[in-house]
Order: sequence, then C-alpha cells, then structure tokens
Amino acid sequence: MSTPAETVVAEQTTTQDRLVHRLTHFLQYHWRTLVLLVPFLWLLLFFLAPFFFVLKISLAEYTLKSPPYTDLIQWADEGVMQIRIVVDNFAYLWDDDLYVNTYLSSVKISTISTILCLLIGYPMAYAIVRSNHTTKHILLMLVILPFWTSFLLRVYAWMGLLNDQGLINDILTGMGFEPLRMMYTHFAVYVGIVYTYVPFMILPLYANMEKLDWTLLEAAADLGAKPMTTFFTVTLPMTLPGIIAGSLLVFIPATGEYVIPDLLGGGNVLMIGRVLYNEFHQNIDWPVASAVAIALLLVLVIPMMLYQHIQAKEVESQ
Amino acid sequence: MSQQIDYNDRPWLDPDAEPFIKVQSVSKHFGDFTAVDSVDLEIYKGELFCLLGGSGCGKTTLLRMLAGFETPSSGSILIDGINMTDVPPYERPVNMMFQSYALFPHMTVENNVAYGLKRDGVAKMEIAQRVEEMLAMVELTQFRKRKPHQLSGGQRQRVALARALIKQPKMLLLDEPLAALDKRLREQTQYELMNLQEKLGVTFVVVTHDQEEAMTLSTRIAVMDVGRFQQIGTPTEIYEFPNSRLVANFIGNANMFEGRVSENGTDHVVVESKDPACNFYIDHGMSIQEGSKVWVAVRPEKIKISKQPPGETSTNSIKGMVGDIGYLGGTSTYRVLIGDQRIVEITSPNLNRPKDGNPPIDWDEEVYLSWEPSSPVVLTK
Repeated sequence: MSTPAETVVAEQTTTQDRLVHRLTHFLQYHWRTLVLLVPFLWLLLFFLAPFFFVLKISLAEYTLKSPPYTDLIQWADEGVMQIRIVVDNFAYLWDDDLYVNTYLSSVKISTISTILCLLIGYPMAYAIVRSNHTTKHILLMLVILPFWTSFLLRVYAWMGLLNDQGLINDILTGMGFEPLRMMYTHFAVYVGIVYTYVPFMILPLYANMEKLDWTLLEAAADLGAKPMTTFFTVTLPMTLPGIIAGSLLVFIPATGEYVIPDLLGGGNVLMIGRVLYNEFHQNIDWPVASAVAIALLLVLVIPMMLYQHIQAKEVESQ
Repeated sequence: MSQQIDYNDRPWLDPDAEPFIKVQSVSKHFGDFTAVDSVDLEIYKGELFCLLGGSGCGKTTLLRMLAGFETPSSGSILIDGINMTDVPPYERPVNMMFQSYALFPHMTVENNVAYGLKRDGVAKMEIAQRVEEMLAMVELTQFRKRKPHQLSGGQRQRVALARALIKQPKMLLLDEPLAALDKRLREQTQYELMNLQEKLGVTFVVVTHDQEEAMTLSTRIAVMDVGRFQQIGTPTEIYEFPNSRLVANFIGNANMFEGRVSENGTDHVVVESKDPACNFYIDHGMSIQEGSKVWVAVRPEKIKISKQPPGETSTNSIKGMVGDIGYLGGTSTYRVLIGDQRIVEITSPNLNRPKDGNPPIDWDEEVYLSWEPSSPVVLTK
C-alpha cells in the first residue's frame, strides 16, 4: 500500500523516469519472450527461409539459364501475374525405380545402423551410469573425445584400416589368412555410420538413465523378478524416452548421410545423399535435386509426426 | 486367524521358543567403514520389531541385508530355519516397503500391486482376485487405474504396502514407513499399520529414527548406535530401564546426575551426587561396588514440582528456581535452575485450571523438586 506522501512523489516523476520505469517493467515481464525470440529468428532465417527456397525450386522446371530453373512467378503478356507450379519432378522420382530404391536402401541402412548403435550404446550408457563418480567422468569424456578430431579425418582413418591393402588386411595376410574385401561394401558403410553415430545414442541414453530411480530395480528384485525380468519390465520401459531420443538422433542424420557412403561405400552402396549430390553437381538439375531433398524430408518427418501424434493421444488418455 | 502376540505371552522370554529370524554375528564393511559390527539378533514370529537409531547407525544396512540387497561381510542370516545369507532378493520369502515407496511410475496401481504375483507365475484369475482383495483392504479400489503420480502421499504409501503384502511374505521389512507423511497422517497411519499387522500376523521389521513411532508400533525395539545394538527390549523396558546413558537420552528425555555409590544395601542403594548436592535413595538393590562412579537418570515426568518443601529434604529432593516454563496445554515443561548452571527438566500435567489466569508456579519462583525412591535409574555406563 502506498502512503499519500509516496503518491505525491510518484506524481512528480519526470517523463524520463517514467520511460525508464516502463522499460524495466517491460523487461521484467517479457524477458522470456525476448530470450525465445533469438532462437526463433535464427530458425526462421537459417532454416525455414532456405526450406521455402528449396521447396520453390522443387516446383520449378530445369532451363538453360543461371540459376538453372524457371521462376515461380511469371508475367504473361498483358501484365497478368502467373504462378507456375510443376509437380513433374516428384512424379519423376516416383516413377523412376532408382530413386524409390535409393530411398528404401537409405532407410534400411539407417534403420540397421540405429539398431546396431542401440545394441552397442545401451550397455555402454548403462555401464557409465553405474560406474563410480570419477570413472563416470572419464568414460563420458572418452565418448565425446572423437569429436575433437575432424569427422572427415576419422572416416579417412577407417579407409586406412579397411582398405584391401589396409592395416586389418596386412595383419590377416601376415598371419597367413586370406585378405578380406571390406572397402566399398555395405559392411564398411555400417562400420562408418555406427562408429560415427554411437555417441549420439549414448549421450541421450546416459542423460535418461542418470535420472532413473535405481530403487525401482531393487523393488522389482524384492518382488521376485530375476535380473532379466527386471530389465524388460522396469528398466526398458523407464529408459524408453532415452531410446527414442537417441534413435532419432542417429536415424535422421544417418538417412541423409553423404560422406560415409561416398568414401567407404563407393558406387556399391545406394544412399540418397549421394544421389542428391549427383543431381545437383553432375546433372546440374536443381529442380530434381530439390525434389529429392523435399521427399527425403517427408520420409523423415512423417514417421516422427505419427509418433508424436500417438504419444499425445497416450498422454491424453491418462 | 489372528496370529498376533498376546501381551502376556512373550516368546523372547520363553527359553524353548524358536526364533523366526536369526541374525548371527553379522558384520558389514564398506571399505574401511564398518556399518554393522558383529550383530546378533533374534526375532520371533508375529513380532513388530523396530530397529531404532540415528542416521548412520547401521539400521538400514541391517535391513538391506535381511532383504538381500547387501551381502554380509561375515556372519549368517536365517529366516524360518533356512540360511538366507547368500540368497538373492528375488528368491527370499521376504518383501520390503521402501522409504521412497519405489512404485513403478509407468504402471497403474493395479499393475504395481499385481507385479509380485505375476513374477511367481500365479494364474490370471487368482491374481485378479487377490489384487481385488488387497486393494479393498487398503481402500484403494476406486484408484486402481491411476498411475502413482496421480495419488496423494498417503495413497502411495498404501499402494506400497499392498504391493509388499500381496505375496504373503514371511517377513515384511519397512524402511522408515511413515517418514514421508505429514504429522497428522503419520499418527493415523501408525495405528492402521499396527492393526494390519495384527490382522495378518506377518512379522514386521521396521527401521525408524523416530522414537515415538518405535514406541507406539513395536513389540520390541533394538536401539542401534555405531553398528551395534545398545539395548533390545519392549518399549517399557527401554524407557523405564535403560541400560546406558545413551539409551536413556535417545528414548525420551532424562535428567542425568553423576555420583558415587555411598551405601549398597540388599534392598536399596544410595548415590551421593556433588553437583547438585543431593542424595539419591533408590529402593532396588544393585550388584555394585560401594564408592564406584555411577549416573542416576530421572525422567522429567517422574519429578514432582512444588512451592512447599517436602517432608524430608536431605534425600530425593533438591531446591531450585524456575528458569523457563514451556506451556503445552495438557502439560507444562519447567526448566529449573539448580545453583548457577545446572538445569533440571520437569514435565507436569496441568490437572487444574488456574484461578484468575495465574499459573500455579511462575517464573523465578523458588521451588522444591522431589521424586519417589522407585523413580531413579542407576546407570554404570
């Protein structure tokens, strides 16, 4: 409550004071909005705007000019504005077996890689969480350590290992075995993808397991559950959010992966990233390349939206 | 059929009674730290046994060894005559109610309660029936489809209890069962827990740091400190006949006086205290050397406070001045100064309403404290 004396003082404040007061008031109540505005603007500028450019190009036609596609908005003779949308590129992708097969192959490779990452990453995350304080930090550091060297360099290192005359084959022949053909096979691509993406599986799983209440496992054991049963009835359902987060972090970038299939798979492994690169740089067909990119986005986004929809329904039903 | 222990039938006094749970010289070390130090314990069927002690006294470690979550470093644990020392928790006929309740957050109340039976491969029909009965017993039938986070603290506690009892364990272990509840609910739940235990006849072993809780609930209490039992006995024994200063101070309050035995008769002992100067005439004999150093403990409610001097003032009586009064309604606590330093605490019931609002005994008044020869307890350690 303000006393009469205070009211008098308040009435005497200058316009400048009032302005400062308003500004602090604004900051006090709207700082959250301001803080959120920065990432929103960032996404708008560097994600949403380029996305619409690509979408626009995917709906254009190839022509011999620079840039090599027709304009979305065209002016007819009498100054009439025409919007020209061509869906031929998408129809072309659908009709050509190459593209369909490449999408299927990409999804297959990234699905298998995600499962492999999960099988390797889950026990690792579990072991890291259960280890003591000092060991835990060292192990986490080791998981993150590969990021300190260039990704490309690490893929080249794998080439050195997997090559026909690589280190592994040197050792094998040295021991009197037949050399193995590993380079430019699906095997090499799986090795590369799993090696690169396993930390993206471990870290969200670690974050999830770190919050897990371990007395729940004791409670399960106390009620007669053997270790395996405890795992499937308590640990697995409790860590499901971590599994989903980690799988998405592996699956999404792995599907669009270009460098690994190109360097380790050569021409033998079909993945959409390579097709996209070829369309853009070798055929210089920007509209088809853009259509490939948009279709890839749909392939990735639709399952995610379905998942979100199901989850929202589950939350609603509770 | 009720299997509760009759008040007059105390199995621990019967030399022929076979204990249900035997803990034989069990120790547990964590590195250099000794949590439980060569402990022996016998618990009888149908008992509600409390392990009481402050934090870090080893009570929880002992409970976890009974449940099978920790393996003893040495010694053995027998339950119903079977050596359980190295048996994993999922094969023990024992269930536990956790302090945090440890309810499975992804399961409904119903599925939480049914969990133990499902693990035993009980038939679906029987599971449904027993869950139904158990939920009815803890009055949670209408909440069966809820998840734990949709329940109140008291309801969660009852789910935890139902889940632990549904397998009809030989022994139920309760780790601070009431600690997470607020005071009023705790008092009510205390009695519910006792009634349930009497009804089912299951042996309960409760870990608690709350002495009032232990006193209300138990048939017997084991007071623990630094990994050892200080005293094991009924609540009355522990309160009225503590065997050490530690127990006397841990359970309730006690006024402690240091002195020497000046007279040791067959039916009485006299202890002479210097600070405050006072003679304690105690009407029960003790096998104790004359002249040895002892402590005399007198409970605050066993001291009479009066403005008139008692008949004989040389023994079992001291003069002092009221320093503080804590008025609690039903009772008042007086802190009486003896000399300059020494404070003696007295709890006295407020039997009469004071006339004209003046208290019968006021601050800074001179008072006489006196007690019966049966009241003091002589302690040698």
